[in-house]
Amino acid sequence: MKLTPVLSATWNQSDSFTIDGYRRNGGYTAVKKALAMEPDAIIALIKDSGLRGRGGAGFPTGLKWSFIPQGDGKPHYLVVNADESEPGTCKDMPLLLANPHVLVEGIIIASYAIRCNRAFVYVRGEVAHAVRRLQQAVADAYAAGLLGKNLDGKGYDLDLVIHAGAGAYICGEETALLDSLEGFRGQPRLRPPFPAIAGLYACPTVINNVESIASVPSIINGGAEWFHSMGTEKSKGFTLYSLSGHVKRPGQYEAPLGITLRELLELSGGVREGHTLKFWTPGGSSTPLFTAEHLDVPLDYEGVAGAGSMLGTKALQIFDETTCIVRAVLRWSEFYKHESCGKCTPCREGTYWLVQIMRDLEDGKGRAEDLDKLLDLCDNILGRAFCALGDGATSPITSSIKYFRSEYIAHLEAGQCPFDPVASTLFAGVNA
Amino acid sequence: MSLREAASSQMEEIIARYPRSRSAIMPLLHLVQSIEGYVTPEGIELVAARLGLTTAEVSAVATFYTQYKRRPVGEYHVGVCTNTLCAVMGGDAIFSGLKDHLEIGNDESTDDGKVSLEHIECNAACDYAPVVMVNWEFFDNQTVESAKELVDSLRGGEPPAPSRGPKKLPTWKENSALLSGMNDGHANEGVQAGPASLAGLEIAIGQNSESSEQR
Repeated sequence: MKLTPVLSATWNQSDSFTIDGYRRNGGYTAVKKALAMEPDAIIALIKDSGLRGRGGAGFPTGLKWSFIPQGDGKPHYLVVNADESEPGTCKDMPLLLANPHVLVEGIIIASYAIRCNRAFVYVRGEVAHAVRRLQQAVADAYAAGLLGKNLDGKGYDLDLVIHAGAGAYICGEETALLDSLEGFRGQPRLRPPFPAIAGLYACPTVINNVESIASVPSIINGGAEWFHSMGTEKSKGFTLYSLSGHVKRPGQYEAPLGITLRELLELSGGVREGHTLKFWTPGGSSTPLFTAEHLDVPLDYEGVAGAGSMLGTKALQIFDETTCIVRAVLRWSEFYKHESCGKCTPCREGTYWLVQIMRDLEDGKGRAEDLDKLLDLCDNILGRAFCALGDGATSPITSSIKYFRSEYIAHLEAGQCPFDPVASTLFAGVNA
Repeated sequence: MSLREAASSQMEEIIARYPRSRSAIMPLLHLVQSIEGYVTPEGIELVAARLGLTTAEVSAVATFYTQYKRRPVGEYHVGVCTNTLCAVMGGDAIFSGLKDHLEIGNDESTDDGKVSLEHIECNAACDYAPVVMVNWEFFDNQTVESAKELVDSLRGGEPPAPSRGPKKLPTWKENSALLSGMNDGHANEGVQAGPASLAGLEIAIGQNSESSEQR
């Protein structure tokens, strides 16, 4: 299958992040077209395109926009979720570094479509240069008259605020993000009401991922049919796949939805020399693990779900046979415990106990019945937690026990971890 | 100059960005860190007074987010990613190597106040693993040795440029100001993309030239 760079097409130009560089490559032509359209026609076009959310859940973007009640007399808000922090996920930050203007253009179009006059980008605070590039892009867009009052002489006003987070994975959850943006601790809200009805400041709000909004200008210019020329029947278009870990060439690969890991590995040179694939995540650590038997699963929303996992953020973390599955899962468990916001009992208490048991197992101090206890704990968290963080915490555990139970047992029998951690490092045999 | 005097004009600029003033809490706390180095009790009181909140309400927010520090950190705050992928690729070895080398533990600073150390969660640069952040700027593809050299340069007063960031590594306070929304004018510095970000694009260009040759 051929790769299809759209968002990443200009990233090899040294000034790709500047307004001049963006314009030279056709930037800000879509917004001119869009501002000449009826807002509802834009929503219809994005619906027809079949664009689905690229932040994990895969909800149809145009449909989300259409849920905003019109003529309600309330302010409407667009909030872009740039709080990229799902383990393995590393697509939005390079996009913001290399081409922040495509996001700004997408924001103007989306805001105009949903009739919003103030938009926000909630960007994680731990990536300073992405914040810097975004701030500059917004300043340059204001200076060029692309943001502010009476855009393109059409009487439409839009302000855009960059809001830096302060280190909390949970704020990637859309309702926790809203609480955080309102100046509270970032804890998720009960739904309904959904953000489309009562979001930011209890007003109708659309929350979209960076990549989703950044895809909008190309759809305005290319049209729905062009978008349909890529992808599968229910998962249309192109997307960024992020390959990391034990591969020869980690990085960003923009391809039609439905490409397989086998194809991506063939294109990129495969697993690192002399090693074999052991396990991988299709869409970040919250999506159940896959193994070599899933190399041919189409990486689209339906394909991955059909194989028992989730497309998520398309964060393909690749681990070879030198990696201890128990150690890998323990670290993810520690992550979920650390990031649990504490609002609901199943997640707050559950992730605490998951770590205790996983740590004993990794150290070879566990007991065989601990595996059943782990699965029972997961059963009591999954579907009972307030938000998806708790569910995500169970994914690596249940899927790893399903595929690698014998490796857990080997830890018990050996009384220690049977793996050499040095063998799995990037610098194995070099200077460790 | 008191904190109140130092912060006052910027505080108003920050609050004006939002339809409701409470939304300004997070950038205001970043602003406090840019002046004080961490979130001081005075900083909490200042933000609370200006926003019409109690100090308990502001403290509740400040203590929720890991980037807000309740103790001074170093001029250069070093974060080593030890989430699964970076840990496996060498982050664990780097973190323990730096602890030994600096003779400090997690969340501690060197006696000279130059460097503090923290293990961090996934920082959205897995294709550059193992990753070390300094004041939230990227230092990609680190080894135990390169990380030790990095902290030595920081302590020696000659901070190297980040892999993907501004020419000169900003201090903790400078980048706290950036996070409060103050544009520091360094956006145009540094590469537009690192090598891994271009991996797919370069292969795609190769695919296209192959197919045009076949035509």
